[in-house]
Parts: sequence; structure tokens; C-alpha cells
Amino acid sequence: MATAPGIRLESLTVGYGKTPVVSDMDIEIPGGKITMIVGGSGCGKSTLLKHILRLHQPLRGSIFIGGHDVFSLSGKAFRCLRQRMGALFQDGALLGSLRLRDNVALPLREHTRLRESQIMDIVHHKLELVGLEHAMDLFPHELSGGMRKRAGLARALVMDPQVLFCDEPTSGLDPVMSAELDQLLLEMMGHFDMTTVVVTHDLASMRTIADYVVVLGDGRCLFQGSVEDLEAQEDEYLRSFLDREAPERDTPRLTMPPIDPGMMKLNCTQLLGEE
Amino acid sequence: MSQATGGFLTPFNALGSVALRFLEELGAMSIFFLDSVRFVFAGWGQFSKSVRQIYFIGVQSVSVIALIGLFTGMVMGMQLYFALSSFGADGFLGTGVALSMVRELAPVLTAIMLTGRAGSAMTAEIGVMRISEQIDALTIMDINPMRYLVAPKMAACIISFPILTAFFNLIAIAGGWLTGVRLLGANAGVYWYRVQASLSWADIEGGFIKALAFAVLVCTICCYEGYFTHLRGRVGPEGVSQSTTSAVVKSCVVILAADYILTSLLW
Ligand SMILES: Nc1ncnc2c1ncn2[C@@H]1O[C@H](COP(=O)(O)OP(=O)(O)O)[C@@H](O)[C@H]1O
Ligand SMILES: [Mg+2]
Repeated sequence: MATAPGIRLESLTVGYGKTPVVSDMDIEIPGGKITMIVGGSGCGKSTLLKHILRLHQPLRGSIFIGGHDVFSLSGKAFRCLRQRMGALFQDGALLGSLRLRDNVALPLREHTRLRESQIMDIVHHKLELVGLEHAMDLFPHELSGGMRKRAGLARALVMDPQVLFCDEPTSGLDPVMSAELDQLLLEMMGHFDMTTVVVTHDLASMRTIADYVVVLGDGRCLFQGSVEDLEAQEDEYLRSFLDREAPERDTPRLTMPPIDPGMMKLNCTQLLGEE
Repeated sequence: MSQATGGFLTPFNALGSVALRFLEELGAMSIFFLDSVRFVFAGWGQFSKSVRQIYFIGVQSVSVIALIGLFTGMVMGMQLYFALSSFGADGFLGTGVALSMVRELAPVLTAIMLTGRAGSAMTAEIGVMRISEQIDALTIMDINPMRYLVAPKMAACIISFPILTAFFNLIAIAGGWLTGVRLLGANAGVYWYRVQASLSWADIEGGFIKALAFAVLVCTICCYEGYFTHLRGRVGPEGVSQSTTSAVVKSCVVILAADYILTSLLW
């Protein structure tokens, strides 16, 4: 089996329409490692991920996965590359019309010659990995947000991808479940040769499992390197991000008085007998 | 753009840009249609998806089509009877009902009814899948959304529209018999004889060609509007509702326009 491919972004600018969201990124994501992309909310992490997955055309620059320029690869060759990638979207993006088991089985049914019983074995195994084997027959709208996310992860893993992308896998999960997910990712890294790219806000999980960290902010890439290097950084923005400190303010901001009860349409003080 | 906006040129400017936008959309829809129709016969996996769509688009519409057909036929039987009997030609009731149904009313009304029942649902379904990233998810799983989503609907429309049109014809001609013969007292034998004798193969064929054309047009417009709902001015739930409205309106206008063109070409 080929070694897990690395991902290289060369002077990449991503955005929608003509407005850039993150500009001029030169990032080298190492193969076979866990890379975490962190940054404030709305700074373009999901946008970057979608561009790497070739869902949108970048404004400038190029993306290489395992040495292939994804935007100049021919149709069939790119499909091979795509079938080796798995992705978990921020909201799971399960197909609403299919039960959980069929959602997870979908890539296998479309891309392999496996028999139905083999497919069901694989599906059961992957759902067990994320702790959802009891929910196989439910529809996506019957699941909680965290469950949908885990189901999305099971679907991303079902083809045994060489490159795995996860958009905020732990947001919406309880701390135990998040820790378990980190554990699962680590186990998989030990078991398979794969490159994992995780977008996260979860600094604890970054410190436990990341091999390589990319920090986005301010419309550009602020830092890339190992966790140790990041902890040693002196930059003010990075420090406040790492120490979870809100910026200091000189002026108080809670300046509005509360709403006068007399302005409420329903006279609650009288109705509830509170004189 | 800083065009020379001379007062009297403004209407021409507007007309030109409307025409350009129309042509652009026409081109995009044609490409969309060709892109989906090449997957219609792509293997057994497609077949089972198409069958499910035929159930939704075709089978579940049978009762509505029956109702519409019955009342259309009954009204037609009544109106034609009054009109024809006033100059003693009520023997031609069967001819009138059969020809108006088979050539015009059945294909058009079936298509408009199916636009409302199934077309709007297709737009909404695909639009919701677009805004909730389900289409993106299909794409990154290397499942072509055209093949997975659009092609089965196209196949189902192409199969369902003609069959439901035939069904509409049947019920409507029976409806005409119900009012014209049973209620108002035209001669039953003459009615059925006229129905049979006045319909030529060209009429039946023309009706079916219309039904096929409407199937392709309605399905293309409705799926296209849903598929590109994110490119509208408004995104999110409101965008989907706008897409659905626009799909239904466009489909109905296009059905009537195409009906005129096909009628003038076919007969
Ligand atoms: N489809 C879209 N069209 C235009 N702008 C978008 C779109 N999606 C996101 N954005 C903008 O791009 C920026 C980055 O969004 P996103 O990548 O989702 O942030 P996050 O880092 O929280 O994942 C935001 O400012 C958002 O307003
Ligand atoms: Mg995001």
C-alpha cells in the first residue's frame, strides 16, 4: 500500500465569488500524521477544507495531494483520489432520506463489488467504532447533533480512506465522548497509514493528539509547526488564543438598562399576583 | 459597467440583458438535461432508484389524475352536449370529447398537475439537499449527484407522464359519457362509435409526444431550480421556497408554450 499522501498548498487564496477569505497560504501538511487546523470561528477553516476537497475553485494558487495537482488531474484519476479521501462535514451532512445503516453503506454500495452481507458487516463495525450500533435503523432527523456527527465520521471511515478530513468532530459532544473520539483517531493512526486533517476549537484535544498545527486568523495563516513550537510562540494573538484569554477592555460594555416591565404587552406582575 | 445610458436606449438595454439572461439559462438547462439523461440507463443500481421515483411521481399521482380527468371529462361532455345539440349535432359529442382530450387537455392538464404535485417536491427536495450540504457530501464520496439524484427522477418522469396521460384520457372519455350520455341523454352507441372512429393513430401519437416533451421539460426545470438554489440571491430556506415557486411557474408557462409549438408542428 502506498504511504499516506501529504498535502501541499502553494500560495493558495480561497474565498467565495471575488472576496478572499484566507489569502496566500503556503502550507505543508505532512503525510501519515494528524494535522489540526485551529482558529477563531468564522476565520475560514471550513472554507479551506472545502477547497482542498475541490468543492470550490480557489481564487489563486494550487493544491497538491500526494504530489498530484488536484485541479489539473483528469476526471478518472481525480475520482480515484477522491475515493481514497473521507470527509466529515460540520453538520454531518447525512442524507435525510436514508436510514443510518444505508447512509454509511452508500459509498460501499456505489464503489465496491462487495456482497450485501459483507457490506453490512463493515457498516456494523464502523458504527460500533463510533458507538452508534444501536441506532442503525434510525433516520438522521431522529439523531442528536453529536450523534449525527459521529455517524458522519463512520461514513467518512467506511472506505478506509488514506486521507481523512474532519470539520469540528468534537463540537457538540460531551467531554467523555470527545476524549473517546481522540482515542479513536489515535488508534486508527496506529493501525492504518493515513493522513488526518482535523478542524477544531478544542485546545485540549489539540494538545493531546496533534502532530502538526496550522493556525488561521486575520485572513491568513498565522502559524504552522509542531505543538511544542506553538506553545513557545510569543505572538500576542496566538498567546491569547492558547490561553483562552479574552482581550482586555477599558470600557464596560453592559451599558443598556434592562427593559422596563411597564413596556411589556402582557401585564405579568398583575397576572401572577406579584405586587 | 458604464454603458452609454442615453434615455431612449434604456429599454433596448433592458431587453437585451433579459434576452441574454434567458439564453444563458436555456443553455445551462440544456447542459443540465444532457448531463443527467446520460445516466438514465446506467446499470441496475439506477433501475431500483428509478422504480422508487416512479412510485412517488407516478403511482402516488394516480388518484389526483383520476379526479382531474373525471371532472374535465364531465364538464366537457356537458358543455359540448349543450353546444352541439342546439343545432342537432349531438351525435358528434364523442368526437369532440375524444379529440379535445387526446390532443390537448390530457397531456397539458396531466403535466400541470404533476408539476404541482411532483415537480415542486423535486425542487424542494434537491434544494434542501443543496443547502444542507448533502449534495457536497455526495460529491466528495465520488457519487455523482446527477446520477444519484437527478437521473432517476428523469427516468421516472419519462415513464410516468405518458402513462398518466393515457389514464387521464381513459377517465375523461368515461366522464364525458357520464354527463353527455347518462345524465343528458345522448345516444350511448353513437358516443362510443364516434370516440373510436374519430381518433386516428396520429392523434394518439401526438398526445404521447407531447407527454414525453412535457416530462423532459418539467423534470429539467424543477431539478435545475433545486440544484442551483444556492446561486440565487437568497440562500437558505427562503431560497428553496423561491426556487420552488419559480420552478412551478416556469414549468407551467413552458408547458403551455411548448404545447402551442408542438400542436402547430404535429397537426
Ligand atoms: N457560501 C458562502 N458564501 C459566501 N461567504 C461564505 C459562505 N460560507 C461561508 N462564508 C464566509 O466565509 C467566512 C468563513 O466561514 P467558515 O469557513 O465557515 O468559517 P469557520 O472557520 O468557522 O469554519 C465567514 O466570514 C463566512 O461569512
Ligand atoms: Mg466551520
